Amino acid sequence: MQVNGYKPLIVAFCCNWCSYAGADLAGNNRLSYPADVKIIRVPCSCRVNPMFILRAFQRGADGVIICGCHPGDCHYTSGNYYTRRRMAMLFSMLDYLGIERERTRVEWVSAAEGAKFAATMNDFAEKVAALGENKRLEDLRCKQ
Amino acid sequence: MQAITREQLINKAVALLADGTVKYVLGWKKGEFDYDITPAVFETAEELNADFVWNDFCGANFSKYLVAKTRKLDGKILVFLKPCDTYSFNQLLTEHRFDRDKVYAVGIPCNGMADIAKVKEVCGDGISSIATEGDALAVTTIYDDEPVKVAVESVLAERCLNCKSKKHVAYDELMGEDGDTLDSNRFDEVAKLEAMTPDERFAFWQNELSRCIRCNACRDVCPACTCEKCVFDNPTSGVENKAPANSFEEKMFHIIRAFHVAGRCTDCGECSRVCPQNIPLHLLNRKFIKDINEFYGEYQAGAEVGSRAPLVNYTTEDLEPGEVFDRRDTNA
Ligand code: SF4
Ligand code: SF4
Ligand code: SF4
Ligand code: FES
Repeated sequence: MQVNGYKPLIVAFCCNWCSYAGADLAGNNRLSYPADVKIIRVPCSCRVNPMFILRAFQRGADGVIICGCHPGDCHYTSGNYYTRRRMAMLFSMLDYLGIERERTRVEWVSAAEGAKFAATMNDFAEKVAALGENKRLEDLRCKQ
Repeated sequence: MQAITREQLINKAVALLADGTVKYVLGWKKGEFDYDITPAVFETAEELNADFVWNDFCGANFSKYLVAKTRKLDGKILVFLKPCDTYSFNQLLTEHRFDRDKVYAVGIPCNGMADIAKVKEVCGDGISSIATEGDALAVTTIYDDEPVKVAVESVLAERCLNCKSKKHVAYDELMGEDGDTLDSNRFDEVAKLEAMTPDERFAFWQNELSRCIRCNACRDVCPACTCEKCVFDNPTSGVENKAPANSFEEKMFHIIRAFHVAGRCTDCGECSRVCPQNIPLHLLNRKFIKDINEFYGEYQAGAEVGSRAPLVNYTTEDLEPGEVFDRRDTNA
């Protein structure tokens, strides 16, 4: 995904039981999604705390997406319900501080949705590419 | 002027010490200046008569002190609680942070506390003494022996102007009249910010947060921040107890601090009161409170003991993070 030669760096936190398997399936089916999506596997989407997201931005991410099982399907029954509340609050706060709301997203992707995984990443990368580099949550010490 | 006098409070404390109800009194004491009143523990009538203070600068919320004091002192502690303090008291009980049996809580009425920053705007710096005269403060500075009169009403703290409740939600005994919960305008400023463009909001917060010196006073005073091990003290975090290196670290501290207390913050206003840089921390806390009210239903932390905080709760029908903005945009 490129806009005027700029490729965004995307960090995708994927839960082990659904979304990570969904990413795997996308790969097995040879569906393409941007190579600049860096996947970090987490046991459950609710493992992602706000600090992970801020740290990702600090270390150079231009967009951060959290993927987990569909509500009701979490391997730990209710983890993603907590994720949903936490991320709604966090995203709203980031927006309140003037940070572009398109840079963060939550998406539910099951192990069978390889196509949805690829489509989600393509769409997200495109939106983030249109915004350009992350300037508002950057840490210049972490840039080469 | 406060509805209750210093003498009444001292008499109450002395009586409770004398009849053995309590062994210690958690009260206010003069600090370096007349206006920096600090919490202190008293054990005798003599100590109380000598040092106990009750005036328009007794903003300090004692609830959090109970966490350490009930552990350290062996004996019951008398604590005076203003209405807003009782919410923090309940919240700490909800989180099992102190032993209720070791505390004797006396609810006292409050007519609002003065903000020294506002007094200084009127009288300038170099304040040498402040005395209460009826509804006014008589302020003398090192430059002028003639006291300047300032109406307390004109220098009330922000949190008191937007007081959410004059009602005590926890006490063993009440002195004076109990009030009611109030319709405050505490979310107006948040709504104003929400109505701005992202660029304006970014500039606003950049300006505010860049003043932060990371003294940690806001965390140390907060009754919701009672973690034994705080993330901001973690030596491997790279941000422990040091001034922010850049605007990222400023934002990280403020987002994480506010997030950690989201759903548990009672809006007691202590963080904004103690910030030496006058950063409006309440605008971050209230943003979370406002969102919680809008997304998950009205919730007041500390209104009752044992209620489940919204961020450790859920329903299967909750809105999706992506819907947060659609909703706001259609509301606007
Ligand atoms: S009290 Fe104010 S200056 Fe100190 S850490 Fe908190 S916000 Fe920063
Ligand atoms: S964040 Fe501020 S207003 Fe909220 S409980 Fe803590 S000190 Fe009180
Ligand atoms: S800032 Fe967070 S970790 Fe630190 S004391 Fe407050 S709630 Fe606990
Ligand atoms: S295991 Fe996938 S969201 Fe909890």
